[in-house]
Amino acid sequence: MTSEPRPGHHSEITLRVNGKPHTLRVDHRRVLLDLLREDLDLTGSKKGCDHGQCGACTVLVDGRRLNSCLLLAVTLDGSEITTVEGLGGDGEEPHPLQRAFLDRDAFQCGYCTPGQLCSAVGMLAEAAAGHPSHVTGPETPAGPPVPLDRTEIRERMSGNLCRCGAYPRIVDAIEDVI
Amino acid sequence: MDALGYVRPGSVQEAVEAYAAHPGARYLAGGTNLVDLLKLGVEKPTTLIDLGRLPLDGTEELPDGSLRVGATVRNSDLAADPRVRTRWPALSQALLAGASAQLRNAATTGGNLLQRTRCPYFQDLDKPCNKREPGSGCGARDGVHRDHAVLGHSAQCIATNPSDMAVALAALDAQVELYGPDGPRRLPAAEFHRLPGEHPERDTWIRPGELITGIVLPAATAGLPSAYRKARDRASYAFALASVAVVLRVGDGVVAQVGIAYGGLAHRPWRARHTELALQGAAATPAAFEGAVALELAHAEPLRDNAYKVSLARNLALDVLNRLAPAPAPA
Ligand SMILES: Cc1cc2nc3c(=O)[nH]c(=O)nc-3n(C[C@H](O)[C@H](O)[C@H](O)COP(=O)(O)OP(=O)(O)OC[C@H]3O[C@@H](n4cnc5c(N)ncnc54)[C@H](O)[C@@H]3O)c2cc1C
Ligand code: SF4
Ligand code: FES
Ligand code: FES
Repeated sequence: MTSEPRPGHHSEITLRVNGKPHTLRVDHRRVLLDLLREDLDLTGSKKGCDHGQCGACTVLVDGRRLNSCLLLAVTLDGSEITTVEGLGGDGEEPHPLQRAFLDRDAFQCGYCTPGQLCSAVGMLAEAAAGHPSHVTGPETPAGPPVPLDRTEIRERMSGNLCRCGAYPRIVDAIEDVI
Repeated sequence: MDALGYVRPGSVQEAVEAYAAHPGARYLAGGTNLVDLLKLGVEKPTTLIDLGRLPLDGTEELPDGSLRVGATVRNSDLAADPRVRTRWPALSQALLAGASAQLRNAATTGGNLLQRTRCPYFQDLDKPCNKREPGSGCGARDGVHRDHAVLGHSAQCIATNPSDMAVALAALDAQVELYGPDGPRRLPAAEFHRLPGEHPERDTWIRPGELITGIVLPAATAGLPSAYRKARDRASYAFALASVAVVLRVGDGVVAQVGIAYGGLAHRPWRARHTELALQGAAATPAAFEGAVALELAHAEPLRDNAYKVSLARNLALDVLNRLAPAPAPA
């Protein structure tokens, strides 16, 4: 980020983040991940690679999982964002998947965990909507929910790397909530 | 990254006019390639023209049985579309073999076709690269080029096109619909990308300011057996070392229609015209497939470290052809 901000290089946008509206003036270069972490102090979403290669920054935008490091905030005006901080909704209770991650000890350092959680929530919705994956058999009918076995879960979660290699327990935790 | 202007046109016409009005502008779709390249300093646009509000996010069946897919349809939605899954399965399979679920949720049809090469020298401003900076040299030719081209490369550039989707579109005889200052036109997907030649800085035949408005999947390949197979360094979330898309119609044991395209081998999806010609009207047998596949790959010119791609591509093609061909009737 070299040049000084100049007029015409900022815009005002409104986002709902974890249910709360925010109106912000953003530099057009600002990506959602930096906006969440630096402007809104929501540091749950993590920066691993900053290039779409690790999934640590995964959040839900209008219910879909996306890499927030590659999303320019200005393009998201009017969107509904859910981060790991908002997965449990308003209540004190964690999301069932968060509970399952704790029960299964599905992490070591925990750096990838917020991304894994948001990704898994998005993944379950995709399978329920009938979205196929690379390992879904060609004979699986198009339309109804796709049943998830471990092979399906692993393939569908491949956009989230875990440097600690907690993969088997992440799959266990996800299986617990299906 | 320098300061960026931003505009969000509401129509195709406005988008094309915005491009003309802002020198140095780039169209922005899902951003999964462009924002990456902005961060790396490879792309340095003055203004982004956001295509996100254009009415190009729909898919419609045309009266002749073809399917028009808008340029901003997400890769994940296209892969899940029941019409695509049942009538052009190679396309759905190719999309699902690419990137990750998160990336496919952002990536669009138009952006996928125009994604830039993953050559590491192209992405590194400290290295010579004729594609990024014409005349600076090619770092990969005598450098790390295990992932690079074995067909159709030039002295200037040995890069491959990274798209899985484009390989399926080429085999399926899809068309790319464009709209520019001179109005609309169409190009066959198999001829949309260029060979590098003397101008590796130009990936495709798109003209400056032209917008991809959509792709058309033709009736001629609808409902035919088709499949995509990709080999990569890990089981998921990696680019192709080599891949193949095949569409095959066999009648009475004879090849009635065939389309074959390779990915990961060249600067563009490589349509295997020699193989197709040899197979047209031939018996659909493993031996015939083997001979015909070899005809195409005889043209390969591997580099120091990527000869493995030739046998890999051969094995992928034979596997898919044999799988798609109906089992011979018992004698
Ligand atoms: C870690 C990682 C792994 C990946 N793995 C794979 C893989 O295995 N296989 C694969 O195929 N891909 C892979 N990809 C690439 C991904 O598929 C592309 O980044 C994506 O398809 C680009 O689409 P987009 O809409 O995000 O394009 P953008 O990034 O928005 O745009 C890309 C280019 O297209 C131009 N453009 C976009 N839309 C239009 C239009 N309608 N008209 C004219 N110009 C337009 C833009 O100006 C820009 O130059 C990977 C990407 C990442 C980051
Ligand atoms: S192969 Fe092409 S993209 Fe890679 S360094 Fe050489 S010129 Fe650049
Ligand atoms: S930080 Fe976004 S994918 Fe790695
Ligand atoms: S728990 Fe450490 S990276 Fe996944």
